[in-house]
Amino acid sequence: MTTPASKADQDGREAATVLAAPKEPSKPSSRRLTFFRADTQTLSLLGVLIALIVAGGITKPDNFLAVDNFQLMITQASVIGVVTVGMTFVIISGGIDLSVGAIVALASVWATTVATQEFGFWGILFTAILVGVACGLVNGVLIAFGRMVPFIATLAMLASARGLALQITDGSTQSVTVTSVVELNYKDSYVLGIPPLALIFAGVAVIGWLVLNRTTFGRRTVAVGGNDEAARLAGIDVRRQRLYVYLLSGLCCGIAAFMLIALTSSGQNTNGNLYELDAIAACIIGGTLLSGGRGTIVGAVLGVLIFQTITNIFYLNNLETATQQIAKGAIIVVAVLVQNRTSRNQTT
Amino acid sequence: MAPEHDLPPQQPLLHMDGITKSFPGVRALDGVALEVLPGEVHCLLGQNGAGKSTLIKVLAGVHQPDDGAITWQGEQVTLRSPIAAMRLGIATIYQELDLVTHLSVAENVFLGHEPTSAGFVVRGREAKERAAQLLKRLGHPEIDPGTLVGRLSAAHQQIVSMARALSHEVRLIVMDEPSAALDPDEVENLFRIVGDLTADGVAVVYISHRLEEIRRIGDRVTVLKDGRAVAVGLPAKTTPTSEVVSLMTGRNVEYVFPERPAEAAAGKALLKTEGLSREGEFEPLDLEVRPGEIVGLAGLVGSGRSEILETIFGARKASSGRVLVDGEELKPGSVRAAVRAGLGLAPEERKHQALLMLESVTRNVSVSSMSRFSRSGWLDRRAEFTAAQKAVRELSLRPDNPAVPVRTLSGGNQQKAVLARWLLRGCKVLLLDEPTRGVDVGARAELYAVIRRLADEGLGVLLVSSEVPEVLGLADRVLVLREGRVVHTSPAQELDEHRVLDLVMEGSPAT
Repeated sequence: MTTPASKADQDGREAATVLAAPKEPSKPSSRRLTFFRADTQTLSLLGVLIALIVAGGITKPDNFLAVDNFQLMITQASVIGVVTVGMTFVIISGGIDLSVGAIVALASVWATTVATQEFGFWGILFTAILVGVACGLVNGVLIAFGRMVPFIATLAMLASARGLALQITDGSTQSVTVTSVVELNYKDSYVLGIPPLALIFAGVAVIGWLVLNRTTFGRRTVAVGGNDEAARLAGIDVRRQRLYVYLLSGLCCGIAAFMLIALTSSGQNTNGNLYELDAIAACIIGGTLLSGGRGTIVGAVLGVLIFQTITNIFYLNNLETATQQIAKGAIIVVAVLVQNRTSRNQTT
Repeated sequence: MAPEHDLPPQQPLLHMDGITKSFPGVRALDGVALEVLPGEVHCLLGQNGAGKSTLIKVLAGVHQPDDGAITWQGEQVTLRSPIAAMRLGIATIYQELDLVTHLSVAENVFLGHEPTSAGFVVRGREAKERAAQLLKRLGHPEIDPGTLVGRLSAAHQQIVSMARALSHEVRLIVMDEPSAALDPDEVENLFRIVGDLTADGVAVVYISHRLEEIRRIGDRVTVLKDGRAVAVGLPAKTTPTSEVVSLMTGRNVEYVFPERPAEAAAGKALLKTEGLSREGEFEPLDLEVRPGEIVGLAGLVGSGRSEILETIFGARKASSGRVLVDGEELKPGSVRAAVRAGLGLAPEERKHQALLMLESVTRNVSVSSMSRFSRSGWLDRRAEFTAAQKAVRELSLRPDNPAVPVRTLSGGNQQKAVLARWLLRGCKVLLLDEPTRGVDVGARAELYAVIRRLADEGLGVLLVSSEVPEVLGLADRVLVLREGRVVHTSPAQELDEHRVLDLVMEGSPAT
């Protein structure tokens, strides 16, 4: 090692160590802080949410700011919220899942047939989750191994799952007689004023956050979505990872179906209508790139809460659903325009 | 020797002078001059990176020069856009064909200037008839103007591209390596077309690596090197090959290569291929890389260099033969098997094939070794960061902090991040495809030193580069490739740049 090149190299390394030395102590603390560190995006979403709450408080101080109302909002947001957590993984991996609403419908009716209800609470929960995962498996196999475009594979699943749900119920509403399920939504089961469904949502969101940010699974999902060719050449099993994210989305749909059964005390083939659009919209305004490779659970959750708050405010002010839809559309457009600007600033 | 300027009897069709064009970090063109006469075949020669592509893109209106003047038929012009160039009568046929594969031949030929009634109704029959005439003129009446372009062979697609050029009032056609994708018969037809065009007074700017083609059809030659024109208007038929090659290779920049170890690498082969081949890309190949050895593959674009590396790595599936790492045979067509066995690839298109551009350096480095920092799937991010930092420091990557996003690094440091990934993985053999592409000259010497040091530490390295001096300066042993075949193997010291260029350029395409 006496060549000039390697000597210069050693010098360089020494210099590097000296340079880095003062930074060293601050490093671990800055990393520990990442949990609390909020980027501008999260902050602006929080700002929007707070602004909406203020607007609600001004327009309808009595109705909107009531504890009841907040409990209602969070309960309603929980079902779509769980679906959105799964959707976030799918979109980060570079895919899309249009079938979430249909899977929720199918899982909810399958879990509320007379035969299933005989097995009680656990029978319903188990069936809902199993149906969700099975649908996710079909999506994942078609996309990862059948090399189908996610849009098309999940569109096909959307049609078939809805159809199957209709066939099972024959269009009728299946009432739930298992009281332990229905009781989940009773005031008596609230924990410190928090509805159990909201607790499930919180649990799913926290686990989703941990999986995305603290596990190899999350890393691989991001890598596959960010650059699948690079991920493949780095030795990641891209196809298996694709399969897993659709399984995960199916699992979330199964959980959401169970929550919806508790919320409505029934299973209906019309359940989960247009959930796919709401979930995708919540992901997008939460800062998940539709092209994959970047996204956050926190953003998606805030997206869900923002949409739910808008719905609630419009409802309390007796505004039409039509106006509400227009407002949602406008929010999506504005959010994406703002994001484009920030990401352009970052890359140039 | 001063370039012979026997004063042209007629006014030049095109005169470019002092053309300068810089991209971030590179001066691609540095005062280039080019003069083309009506009806001549003007050849443009130069190694990869000499500035040929940039020059023809300036001429096609794709790039705007920072400085310099373009005179067209005696008048100074600015080529603001490809359409502006086309309106003047300058057509370009690029190496990567720019056809719309799911439109028909006729639709492609008249794309953007369809014959119309009332300004918007496309007269399909007229387009087909005119396309058929053009194709006949080009010697390919058998191409049906109604066929989808995607169904045609590469050679026929090129004919369609030419028909598109001729569908305009064209005075100058630029052809970028038109013969690269063609069989010998088709090359003959191409020459005939070029002859017909020039007889009509159309000028052709012809880019090719094959000297014998330039001798056959060329009138004059302009040689580019490192963004400058080192010879303008040499007679194509009579200038000796040795002069052309030395014009192409004489360098301003001298690279500093690290010293080779005193003794040739010995020991059992780390990487071995036996009869490895891929149909249509490269012929059966036997090669060995020993610990501490850097083996270089030299050849032109299309010689099968990158394909060989990707096949060894399992990213492409071999048609025949096998790959052994440390004596163990690899499962064919499996990147994961290759990575597990200890291969690492630094691919040619770093940004598209290797890096997660949205992520930090740490995550880019650790992506292939995540299982080492995790227990049943949960990452130990501190261990990951520390290990990434260690790998990054070992390669003196700047900045020294692996938490920065990888997209903020320079080309050379991005390449180091890719190397750090494999270093961290503990790989035995590195496959390097164009390791210094997009790396500025100053950073190259450092990268060369890093590669040599890794070899000294016992890694085997298989290196591909289109820059011959790089292969000769860095490798211990060199395999010269031409059209998918190894035409020469010897220790790097026994070769020089002239010899390698002779080997890769001489002769006609293999039949």
